[in-house]
Amino acid sequence: MRSRTAAVALAATITLAATAACAPAQSGGSAAADDVQDGTLRVWLFSEVTQDPKEQVVDEAVAEFEADHEGVEVEVEYIPVDARSERFTGAFNDPSSAPDVAEIGNTDLAGFVDAGGLMDVTDAIADWDEGADIDPAVLATTEIDGASYAVPWYIGVRALYYRTDVFDELGLQPPASLAELEETARTVRAARPELVGIATGGAAQFAFLPYIWAHGGEIARQDADGAWTGTLDSAEAREGVAAYARLLGDDICPAQTCAEWGGNASVQEFVAGNAAMTIGGDFNRRAVDESAVGDRYAVVPLPGVEEGSIAPAFGGGNHLAVLSSTERRTLATEFVQLLAGKRYQQAMFDAMGNIPVFTDVQADVAEQVPAIAPFVETLAAGTAFVPVTPAWSTVDAQGVLPTMVQTVATGAADVEMATADATAALDAAFGAQ
Amino acid sequence: MTATHAALPAAGGATLPAAGGAPRPPRPLLSRRGRGTTTWARRWEPRFYLVPAVVVLGGLLAYPLYQLVVVSLYDYRQANVSGSAPLRFIGLQNYARLLGDEAFWTVLGNTVVFAGACVVATLAVGGALALLATRLRPWSRTVLFLASLGAWATPAMTGSAVWLFLFDPTLGFVNQTLTAIGLDGFAGHSWTYDKWSAFALVGAEIVWCSFPFVMVTLYAGIIGVPTEIQEAARLDGASTWRIALSIVAPILRPVLAIVTIQSIIWDFKVFTQIYVMTGGGGIAGQNLVLNVYSYQQAFAASQYGLGSAVGVITTLLLMVVTLAYLRALRRQGEEL
Repeated sequence: MRSRTAAVALAATITLAATAACAPAQSGGSAAADDVQDGTLRVWLFSEVTQDPKEQVVDEAVAEFEADHEGVEVEVEYIPVDARSERFTGAFNDPSSAPDVAEIGNTDLAGFVDAGGLMDVTDAIADWDEGADIDPAVLATTEIDGASYAVPWYIGVRALYYRTDVFDELGLQPPASLAELEETARTVRAARPELVGIATGGAAQFAFLPYIWAHGGEIARQDADGAWTGTLDSAEAREGVAAYARLLGDDICPAQTCAEWGGNASVQEFVAGNAAMTIGGDFNRRAVDESAVGDRYAVVPLPGVEEGSIAPAFGGGNHLAVLSSTERRTLATEFVQLLAGKRYQQAMFDAMGNIPVFTDVQADVAEQVPAIAPFVETLAAGTAFVPVTPAWSTVDAQGVLPTMVQTVATGAADVEMATADATAALDAAFGAQ
Repeated sequence: MTATHAALPAAGGATLPAAGGAPRPPRPLLSRRGRGTTTWARRWEPRFYLVPAVVVLGGLLAYPLYQLVVVSLYDYRQANVSGSAPLRFIGLQNYARLLGDEAFWTVLGNTVVFAGACVVATLAVGGALALLATRLRPWSRTVLFLASLGAWATPAMTGSAVWLFLFDPTLGFVNQTLTAIGLDGFAGHSWTYDKWSAFALVGAEIVWCSFPFVMVTLYAGIIGVPTEIQEAARLDGASTWRIALSIVAPILRPVLAIVTIQSIIWDFKVFTQIYVMTGGGGIAGQNLVLNVYSYQQAFAASQYGLGSAVGVITTLLLMVVTLAYLRALRRQGEEL
């Protein structure tokens, strides 16, 4: 027994000593010094539900780029959106496997910059003749401390889809305020119980955020030092949460089924003909067009609190970024300027329906395709965004907003308690950074 | 096996031990070590043979565990990993943060209750079917085994998705059948809306995919019980129930211990089923268990230090539970 005790003591000592001596692995600074002018340029783009149109446009841009740059080959890889976090984490940890250019979601930007993964492209935008036409609100989503870390590629905004046949049958008008929307949804469900008044879910946070903003609330506020504080427990935000949670009631969209839905599931219900309204994006337009309700729907901007106003939409969208580990800085920047330029944004709109980020191109496409007018109108009314901080990826992964909405919708807590809990969760995430 | 013999007289009478298996060679006595000049070699030689095993186990088990502990003592986020922020040793702060978090305790409670229920249900179903298998004709036993091996072989991801389809509120087979036989209340009924209903559904899937292991192992144990002993007990007038309780059960105890520990470890660490079937933790996180919680709070959010702390706590808990269980067994006189 004595030798055993001694062995344990020895093992404990070794462990302690080793713990104190060793630290977890850390990869070195990833910024590359070289600026190579030829070779292979690696590009990561997100794969899409309907991949072909996107691939065609990109292939065209690649061919043009390769023709202009001798000795350069562009290698495009399509990565699944759901796996992006793992892929990018891997790329930041091992620069040799990282791409030179990548498509990123705008809510991921702050986290990626914090990880040191993205290159500052402020000058590339300033020196670029097309750079000045980028919608300033969209450009702001690429900025951290005044520097831009990506070039906006396209925008996604949501608006209110409704079924024209149901509205005609019941003699309803598209709602002009959020209160009217609620009333309209209730009327539909009372008259047509097989439909939900509006398909929207407890996890559809981009459908829910406009409710907060329209009531004058905010997710969080940044002080002069750059520190963020959660403000979901403000009176305005609480009004928004309460109004949205009322939609998830038995008389509109029963929590039993709706509480679980995210944005896609909500739109799926509309596409399947089970809903009179839904809050969907411009990127959902094709799917709705091709569905059974494709010829019986219309879109209007999601109304605000005041009669006739428009609720601030979430300014979603994707950017093209240059990774800081690239050895082909100039080539990478030039490729981004080509693919995110006006010509290819127009081509992407024609192929995919993605709304361009240039104000003049936006006006053009709205004229060409009247169906996107409500989305452009929503954009023009002003959009809002989630806090630009690396902590947002934590908040997102922890599902803070869906949890808040779901606890209220299911009656597990009242609005005061749920918003207080969510604010505490936000502050914990902000404080951990 | 010595304890088995000791337990037998109580079962059928004093004549039983004679009917037991072959006599065992006597154990080398400890006192023999103390003699002669080769004491040191005698003592260390067997340990020397253990070196390869220790090296392999050390590399595959001890080192990752050690890394887990080290990472849990640091502020280790994505920025720290990729080198854009300095490493910061924060001691036990990650643990303090976890233990001070009310949600962590709720999740821990969920995990213990859920895993406990799954273990009991898996053992009950597996044990009952193992007993049934001993009574079946060979061909029906083969069918039973093939069917359950199918469930066993199904990847957790696929199994979860299929169960989810079966229990879909509108299109699922279960709700359609229930509605068809007149239970209209189940039209559009969501099985994952209520916390315990969701846990029950996931639990059923877990039992479905883990009972085959219990069944096969216990079946092997049951047919391994020497028939002579049972016959002797029967001759001595013991009832079937008495034989099962006093002869089969003690002999099965080591096997039972293994399947129980395995089940505890598996069910405590469940991830896939909860993640897939409740959409990553259920409505408002009501169905979170430790493993999913650690993934969601820490790894998905790139807070590796915090996630490792959850991992360390899970490991410690499992070790405590397993050791407590082994001790309890030993106290009952069983050596493993």
